This record gives sequence, structure tokens and C-alpha cells, in this order.
Amino acid sequence: MPIHDQGYRRYGGLKARTGTGWMVITRAGIRSQLAKRAFLGLLLLSFLPFFARAIQIYLAVNFPQTGDLLAVKPDLFRQFLDQQQIWVFFITVYVGAGLIANDRRANALQIYLSKPLTRAEYIFGKLAILIAFLLLVTWVPALLLLVVQIAFAGNFTFLLKNLYLFPAITVFAFIQVTMVAAAMLALSSLSKSSRYVAILYAAVIFFSQAIYGVLTVVTRSTQLSWISFPANLSQLGDVIFRMPSKYETPWPVALLMIVGLITVSGFVLERRVRGIEVVA
Amino acid sequence: MPETAPVVTLDNVTVTYAKNAALRDVTTAFAPGAVGLLGPNGAGKSTLIKTLLGFIVPDRGQMRVLGLDVAVSPLEIRARVGYMPENDAHIPGMNAVSFVAYCGELAGLPRVDAMQRAHEVLFYVGLGEARYRNVETYSTGMKQRIKLAQALVHDPDLLFLDEPTNGMDPKGRDEMLELVRDLAHNKGVNLILSSHLLPDVEYTCDAVVVMDKGAVATAGPIAALKQPRGRVYELRVKTSTGDFESFLGRLRAAGLECHATDEDVMRVFVPGEGGARELFALATAERVQVRHLRPSVPTLEDVFAHAVGEE
Repeated sequence: MPIHDQGYRRYGGLKARTGTGWMVITRAGIRSQLAKRAFLGLLLLSFLPFFARAIQIYLAVNFPQTGDLLAVKPDLFRQFLDQQQIWVFFITVYVGAGLIANDRRANALQIYLSKPLTRAEYIFGKLAILIAFLLLVTWVPALLLLVVQIAFAGNFTFLLKNLYLFPAITVFAFIQVTMVAAAMLALSSLSKSSRYVAILYAAVIFFSQAIYGVLTVVTRSTQLSWISFPANLSQLGDVIFRMPSKYETPWPVALLMIVGLITVSGFVLERRVRGIEVVA
Repeated sequence: MPETAPVVTLDNVTVTYAKNAALRDVTTAFAPGAVGLLGPNGAGKSTLIKTLLGFIVPDRGQMRVLGLDVAVSPLEIRARVGYMPENDAHIPGMNAVSFVAYCGELAGLPRVDAMQRAHEVLFYVGLGEARYRNVETYSTGMKQRIKLAQALVHDPDLLFLDEPTNGMDPKGRDEMLELVRDLAHNKGVNLILSSHLLPDVEYTCDAVVVMDKGAVATAGPIAALKQPRGRVYELRVKTSTGDFESFLGRLRAAGLECHATDEDVMRVFVPGEGGARELFALATAERVQVRHLRPSVPTLEDVFAHAVGEE
């Protein structure tokens, strides 16, 4: 007779109420990414600009003779977020491309949606994985730079003079991250191949930028910057950080384009994330 | 819900894909215990299960699972049912125990309990030794077992098993059927087993719903369906002329249903209480020698063939 019966037993414990499934998805997604050495390397590299900026702040605060060369101004934070765009791109491609595409390849959607989980919860759980990592390389280091400035200066003078910086960093980082994550997730739902999704994402970014570049040369104006998603983001960034705009397009148009992209992404996700695929 | 109340009821459910009706006014009930959902490919079995899970919204009709309305409480239903899909399905990049525990957490189990149940369930389905292997490296049979494990981990009250023996070798198939039978008969789990394999359903289930072309062809306990409304005999005869047609004609004229399976061998259905005596009387009248007469036991295959209009 076995010491312990390994047969099937009924479960007598409590089950969580519905509505918490997205957290399970997010937690598992974050854990699985952090288990990859290549991804940890990418995260470390994405923090190099932060360390460079921290050194700059240290030198500017402790060696005033460096003058304007290293001076800490509010646009430092705007420039820092601009520099992080390349890491946003790499992390979006690395983490985001397979988020739904891999599930579609493995027919996992019918497993997910046979559990007490709505489609919205599934999408939000997946979205939260990408958003968490993107905020980690944009919002978190930008705010840390503010903390570093206060720590090295030993006072709050800079922060009090530029109180708008905290909301500006927060709003810009969240707009950028939401746009990028929504677009990537929508693209990921369109294919079963994460490689194809990555190429598609890169194509959307670079193609819109390239078209805008050509049109700028042809028309000798920046009025068509709304075609390029990076330009729309940059346009909004300038407004949020109270800087002169680089483009002639009114900022509400840029905002409208970004909101439009997020809406289209939501529509695509609503259509593509289903328990079954019906080919009519 | 009383224990004898049906676990699933459908009332005039119609589902169409584009212009093709996958389910046509389906009205039926699934009793507690193990119920087979039989039908040829394309009969609408998988569509029915997916509609019950809420993957497909029906054009019209009402459905209740475990006493809950599918249109009103889909999440409460899914928390209490387990689904083993027909196709290969898993969460990519996970080993078996992580995958099953993850499914348990998604179904609402606390993390520690989900992990503990994952180990138990994997042992139960026979994957105990392979539980730390990545699911993507599993064989077809192992993938079938892990699909059962993920459907079981949260201890559902009702299991939907869609072709659970697909692609399995004979030994694996027997083991899977044994598991299904054990769940239904010893562990108190209600289950609906969708299959086109009659022996699988006959071995594991107590009742059956036979579907054909999107409609219910027949339904009820297997034992009752197999009970003939008369008697079936296998008959071998000899005539002096070698002509069997006049004898067959005589049998049919007497209201007996007969199918000639070979030149001189036939299966004859004798309704009512008449039995063999009536057959002998007809044979005597037609001057036919009865060389062999054996009562035939109806099988589920007969029930199925009759339901879908096959001979």
C-alpha cells in the first residue's frame, strides 16, 4: 500500500474571486523575462544613460567651474527621456513581440479564456508586463535623476524652481509607454510569429519616420510631422516640458494621432483576442 | 442544484458561422456523471462545447451550466469547469509543473495551493516524472495528458473533454480512458466527453448525446438506447432455388426490418414479443431452411448508426 496516495483529490481550499487573473499573467510574464540573461543585460545597458547623467549632475553640482557645459537645466530631463527612446524600442521588441503572438502559436488563448478571465483582463495583464518594463527604463530613472540632483545639491532649490518637472516626466513617460505598448500588443495579436511582429513594429516606426523625412525635404516644412509617430511623441514632449516646438504641426493634432493609434490598437485587440478563430 | 438535475441544458440554441449553421435549434440536457457527445466530424460537438464556455455567442437560445446562465455568469461558470481542448494547446516557455500551477492560479487558486495541486494532478495523469520538462518537448500523448492536468488542477465540478484520445497510441489511449472513467465514476467529477470514437464513449460514459449536422439526433442513457424495442437476430438461411429476395420480401411484408449483410446472412429486427418463433413460422411458409439463428446484442454503434441514418 502506498504511504501517500497520489491519486486525484478534491480541493477544499478557498478560491480567489474573479477579476484578479490579470495580476497572475503580469507576475508570470515579468518573472519569465527576468529569468533571461540577455534581457537582464539589456536592462543593465538601458541604465547606462542614467549613470552618465548622474555623473553629469554630480560634476555640475560639485564643480561649478564646468559652467554651462554640464549645467543641470530642466531640459536635461527631456533630453534624457529622448535618449531612452532607443532602449524603449529594444525592450518593446524584445518583450512585446511575443506577448500574444507566442500564445497564438501555442493555441494558449483557449486555455486562458477557459479560465475565469475576461478578454480585457488577458489584454491588460499582457499590457502591464510591457508597461512595467518600459516605465522601468523611462519614468523610474528620470525620477531617480531628480532625486540624485536633490541628493548631490543637498537642497530642494532646483526642484522647487521647476515643480512642473515631476508631472511632466510622469505624463510624458506614461503617454509614450501607453502608445508604444498598445501598438506593439496589437501587432503581436496579428501574427503567430514574434519575429515577424518585431519586423512589423520596426517597419511601422521607421517607415512613418522615413516618409515624414522625405515629405519634409519635398515640402520644405514640418507641417506633415503628424505622419511620424516618433515626431508626434516629440511634439507632445516639447509641449509637456514647456520647450519650443520643433514642428509646425499643432500639438492637438499630434495628441489626436497618438490617441488614434491607441484606439486602433484597442480595436485590433478586441477583434483578435478570442477563444476561437473563426475563418468565414 | 439537486444532484439529479442536469449539469448542462440547452434550449433552442442556434449558432451560425457566416451563413453556415453549426448548431440548429439544439435542445438537450446533459445528466450528471459522464456523458458522451458523439457525432461524426463536423456534427457541431466542438462548437457546442465552445458555446457553453462562452467562446461563441449563439444567435439565439439559452444555455445553463451547473445551474448558471451562460449569458449572465460566464466567469462563475468557467471557475467551476475545466476544459481540455481538442488541439495542441499550452502556455509557451513553461515546464509542466509551472504551466499547470499557472493555470491553477488563473482559475483562482492561491499560489501555494496551485503549485501543490499541480504536482498532485501531474502524478495523477502520469506525468510525475516528466513534470520539470518544458511542455514544448512533450510527445503527443504527453501533451494530451497535460491538457487534462491543466483542466483538472482547480478541481472543476464539470469537465469538457474534446477528443481526449486524439493522436494517442493504444496503450496511452487505454490509460487516458481509464483516467476519464476514474474521474467520472470514482472521483465525482461530472464530465462531457466529445468524441467520434464510439468505443471511447461506450467505455467511459453512462449517457450519450448523439449529434449530426448541427442537431441532436438522439440522447439518453446508453443502456436504455441499446435496449431494443424488439429483438434483433442474425440469420443464415438456405433456399431450394437460391433466391433470397422473395423471403426478404415476405419478412418486410410482415413488418420486420431486415438488412442482408451477405448473400444468405441477414440481420432481422423483430418488433414486439414475437421473437424467433415468428421468424421460423415465416421461414416455414416460404419453404426456407433456417441454418443459423442467433440473437444479436445491439451496440452503441447500432444506436449511432440508427441516429445518424446510416445502415
